[in-house]
Amino acid sequence: MKLRLEPNLDAPDDFYQALVDLHRDLDAAQTLLVNARLILLLANHIGDGGVLREALRLARDPAAGAPAPARS
Amino acid sequence: MSSRGHIDARAPVLVVGAGPVGLCAAIDLAQHGVKVLVLDQDDSLSEGSRAICFAKRTLEILDRLGVGEQAVARGVVWNTGKVFLRDRLLYQFDLLPEPGHHRPAFINLQQYLMEQLLVERLKMLPGAELRWRHRVTGLAPRADGVTVEVETPAGLEHFDCDYVVACDGARSPLRHLLGLESRGQVFRDRFLIADVRMQADFPPERWFWFDPPFHPGQSVLLHRQADNVWRIDFQLGWDADPERERQSENVLPRIRTMLGPDRPFTLEWVSVYTFQCRRMDRFAHGRVLFAGDAAHQVSPFGARGANSGIQDADNLAWKLCAVLRGEAPPALLESYDAERVPAADENILHSTRSTDFITPKSDASRALRDATLQLAEFFPFARRLVNSGRLSLPSVYRDSPLNTADDAAFGQDACGPGAPAADAPVDTRDGRSWLIDEVGGRFDLLYFAGADGVPDALRERFEALRRQPVPVETTVISARGMRPDVGRYFEDIDGLFAARYDAAPGSAWLLRPDQHVCARWRRFDPDRVRAAQRRALALPALETVT
Repeated sequence: MKLRLEPNLDAPDDFYQALVDLHRDLDAAQTLLVNARLILLLANHIGDGGVLREALRLARDPAAGAPAPARS
Repeated sequence: MSSRGHIDARAPVLVVGAGPVGLCAAIDLAQHGVKVLVLDQDDSLSEGSRAICFAKRTLEILDRLGVGEQAVARGVVWNTGKVFLRDRLLYQFDLLPEPGHHRPAFINLQQYLMEQLLVERLKMLPGAELRWRHRVTGLAPRADGVTVEVETPAGLEHFDCDYVVACDGARSPLRHLLGLESRGQVFRDRFLIADVRMQADFPPERWFWFDPPFHPGQSVLLHRQADNVWRIDFQLGWDADPERERQSENVLPRIRTMLGPDRPFTLEWVSVYTFQCRRMDRFAHGRVLFAGDAAHQVSPFGARGANSGIQDADNLAWKLCAVLRGEAPPALLESYDAERVPAADENILHSTRSTDFITPKSDASRALRDATLQLAEFFPFARRLVNSGRLSLPSVYRDSPLNTADDAAFGQDACGPGAPAADAPVDTRDGRSWLIDEVGGRFDLLYFAGADGVPDALRERFEALRRQPVPVETTVISARGMRPDVGRYFEDIDGLFAARYDAAPGSAWLLRPDQHVCARWRRFDPDRVRAAQRRALALPALETVT
């Protein structure tokens, strides 16, 4: 399986708002914890080691996943 | 030190260090008929419990060395681990969930009691000698042996030997004498370790707490040992003052808070430690071979120190013996590195991961750890991520040069080349036994017979293998109810041999003297057995006769 990079969220704006709302009124330490729990929940759902490794790599360096510039 | 001059004592093998690793190596060698001299700089057994958890594979090795039964009888048997977060049980695990093994997942036995059993066993063996208060001060390896300078109660003496096995612990004076290093990572944390004697009816289980109410913000580990002695490990953090923490006026309140005010106890031993995960680049240095903590060191979480050290001894002893007898070239000793260096890396990897979980090194790492623990309370998936020590399992020498590659398919989980022989209950001519107790100390061939039994032609071939200069002893194993009329046969009474080895009629396995499988076939062919045995002894392949 490959990490999906094409748009895949069924309601992107709703999701983004929910993600921001998730952190409302939390301090930095609490936010770090909530993010960590979210990552762990999603990672277990994905399960596939290759997909997870690719996501870890791109999270650290998004440019590493950019498509190669087209030759002119 | 001076060149070869007066020699006070000579032995084929000199073992330096009378800890569990050195004693196991010496017993194994002596059982093979190799004369061995063990030197230790102290004047008695070790102090404090130190290593306490001895794993199933170690117990199987101890069985082969003649002390397994006493160790299990003396120790505390346990299979269950529990992990707590604050005052709640997060989950528990069973380390040996399936029946049909002679030995339990673990016993707990204080290192000094284990050493005592091993010393008594060593003393029973002709050709083995143990000398206390002998400190090695010089080491001069030559092409044909090693001269060792030793400070003894009677003054400076010189010993000569063919090989030195250095089991002289984490600080290894021998490693320093040879100018060698053990490199790795120091962990910035401190732990208080206490042996407490008390009457308590807690079950014999491994209990690990994250952030318990009696020691907030840190972790605590509790283990039961023999003679009503309990081991408690308190994580203290890097900023703790080791001298202060070691004082009983500071230790006692910690323990009292944990056990409650009404439980009487006495403090037997206390120590504050930090730890490292590190190893030498190689363990075999010509005629000096390093084993145990001298060669590699891990954190205590996972019980991988003494267990891996005893597996080093198990791996090394038969090879040294084969080389000394002229049955194998010295190149066989290179396989000690090829097999035990990856084993050390595996242990260091697991141990480092456990340590990173128990002692997170950054805010992000701590948040991930805490998030994992919070989720683990509700969701089983997160329990798989909780790491309070991945407990010692034997290394499989999958990529060993001594293995012969499979030429036929076997089930994925079946016991195969590089793995220690899986145990199974068997019925022998002399009654019930365990497979693991019936093999080892020599090359063993296990042959699985079908309903047609064992043809006469095969019996002659088994006999020919047995009569070789380096014998291969064949044991025929048959399904329940069939008793082939051959020299050595076992009945696979519960079908567990067939299941654990993916056995089919005609399949065969070659086991090394350390009980590790080195080859297997779907069809028995004595020439292939001989070729596999030569490979396991690092002998060059014979030219094929056509």
